[in-house]
Amino acid sequence: MSELQTNHDGANAIKVRDLRRRFDHQQVLDGVTLDMPAGQITTIVGPSGSGKTVLLKHLNLLLRPDSGQIVIDNVDVTKLRGTAVDAVREKIGMLFQAGALFDSLSVFDNVAFPLVEKTNLPRTEIEQRVLETLRSVGLDGMEHKYPSELSGGMQKRAALARALVRRPKILMLDEPTTGLDPSRTRAIHELIRHTQENFQLTVVMVSHDVPAVFEVSDRVAFLHRGKTHLNGTVAEVMAADDEIFKHFLAGKASGAENEALAG
Amino acid sequence: MSIVEMIERLGALVLDGIARLGTFSLFLISALFYAIMPPYKPRLLIRQISSIGAESLFLIVLIATFTGMVLGLQGYNALHRFGSDTALGTVVALILVRELGPVLAALMIAARAGSAMAAELGSMQATEQIDALTVMAINPIQYLVSPRVLAGVISFPLLTSIFDVIAIWGGYLVGVKLLGAPSGPYFNGIATNLSGHDIMTGLYKALVFGVVVMWVCCYKGYNAERMATGVSRATTQAVVLSSVLILAWDYFLTSILL
Ligand SMILES: Nc1ncnc2c1ncn2[C@@H]1O[C@H](COP(=O)(O)OP(=O)(O)OP(=O)(O)O)[C@@H](O)[C@H]1O
Ligand SMILES: [Mg+2]
Repeated sequence: MSELQTNHDGANAIKVRDLRRRFDHQQVLDGVTLDMPAGQITTIVGPSGSGKTVLLKHLNLLLRPDSGQIVIDNVDVTKLRGTAVDAVREKIGMLFQAGALFDSLSVFDNVAFPLVEKTNLPRTEIEQRVLETLRSVGLDGMEHKYPSELSGGMQKRAALARALVRRPKILMLDEPTTGLDPSRTRAIHELIRHTQENFQLTVVMVSHDVPAVFEVSDRVAFLHRGKTHLNGTVAEVMAADDEIFKHFLAGKASGAENEALAG
Repeated sequence: MSIVEMIERLGALVLDGIARLGTFSLFLISALFYAIMPPYKPRLLIRQISSIGAESLFLIVLIATFTGMVLGLQGYNALHRFGSDTALGTVVALILVRELGPVLAALMIAARAGSAMAAELGSMQATEQIDALTVMAINPIQYLVSPRVLAGVISFPLLTSIFDVIAIWGGYLVGVKLLGAPSGPYFNGIATNLSGHDIMTGLYKALVFGVVVMWVCCYKGYNAERMATGVSRATTQAVVLSSVLILAWDYFLTSILL
């Protein structure tokens, strides 16, 4: 990790300060404070329903907080409106929990979509970029299939390719491995690490694959009851003497939290 | 429950209703606004027009044929009593062009293409495809809703015209060919008595129904709840609300256009 820090002078790509958000009568985010350094993989873990997806959707401005701050590349994005929002979003690639591939488009068209809609690249260049990105996620030869014809793991990889194709600076991943078997999980983790290193991405990942995901993470944040209960490097968090976190890890290890597989 | 509590609840209900009406109206306003804002995507519009047409055309032809046949039957029986068989074409055409054509075509398109649209948008909402558009900095209203509303404006009058023509032919088939009303006056009557105003009235109605149906179906789909029953509920509500609004607007439009 030290070499990553020298690469990026340890600057924080994303800073979250005391973020709060309530839905109806439920305080989902209740003061989240978190730093995500540039060029590192920050993984957010926590029980199902602890607000991980809600937090991620605040980071890419799909949801707005009741109070608190989100600073991305030194810009407070919580107050932005209109085209300024689009400018922030263009820096971010997002993989949704359920993939969110467009059913009506082939894998090729799904991955090409952000380029076709948002750039003026010539057709040949788009084709080349799409095929190259598909190859990097191990989906070469699958470009003419439709999302419904792919397995869960292939859908995740196709969605990852779509998130990557515009070469974003920041990659947000909502449970990239949930529902996959251990060997595929490892393959996706390696892919994420590989991509991160290749493009020097800042990665924010939500994951249920505890503790496997710690191997590819630089930092870990543990959400509990809408707060960042623990937050630090993997080594720091693993060494923390914290009953709630240990309980969470133990529950994971015994496979108690099966609803996680629903994603 | 105390009086104060009851008034509070009633107040909350009314405010909630107004707020909903507000978001419902705003939905159409922004769809229309983004329809005229660049970037223009004629490709999306054409795809929507062709899918509305492809989904509804067969049904329109079928329903129009039977509607026309029934009108021929009833019209002939009624007119024959007064010895005015010659008016059959005029009566059938007037009823169709001014009233039944736009209403029945709209109901059929709502049931077929409208429900499909609500289901499609509903499942896009449920599976975060709409969020995916948003984070790609693509306005989902402009990308998904505006082309559909515009497609409604264009395709409803077209399909209604097809409905009218086929139903008039159906009336001819039964009234003239089967029951023996005079053939010449059937079409001559239509040509002389059907005014431009009658035709425009029907097309205005179709245009308004096009907006209403697409508005309701897109709104219901777009705001489908993210749960297992969300999409099917949205679809049902879209068809029911479309049908009610078609008939309500029909009365309203008839009273101002008559
Ligand atoms: N749009 C919304 N409206 C109302 N409540 C919501 C909304 N989105 C999320 N919630 C609530 O916020 C809580 C946290 O949801 P979230 O999806 O962030 O959980 P999560 O940590 O991602 O769980 P999982 O691991 O199962 O994906 C849940 O109780 C959920 O019901
Ligand atoms: Mg989640």
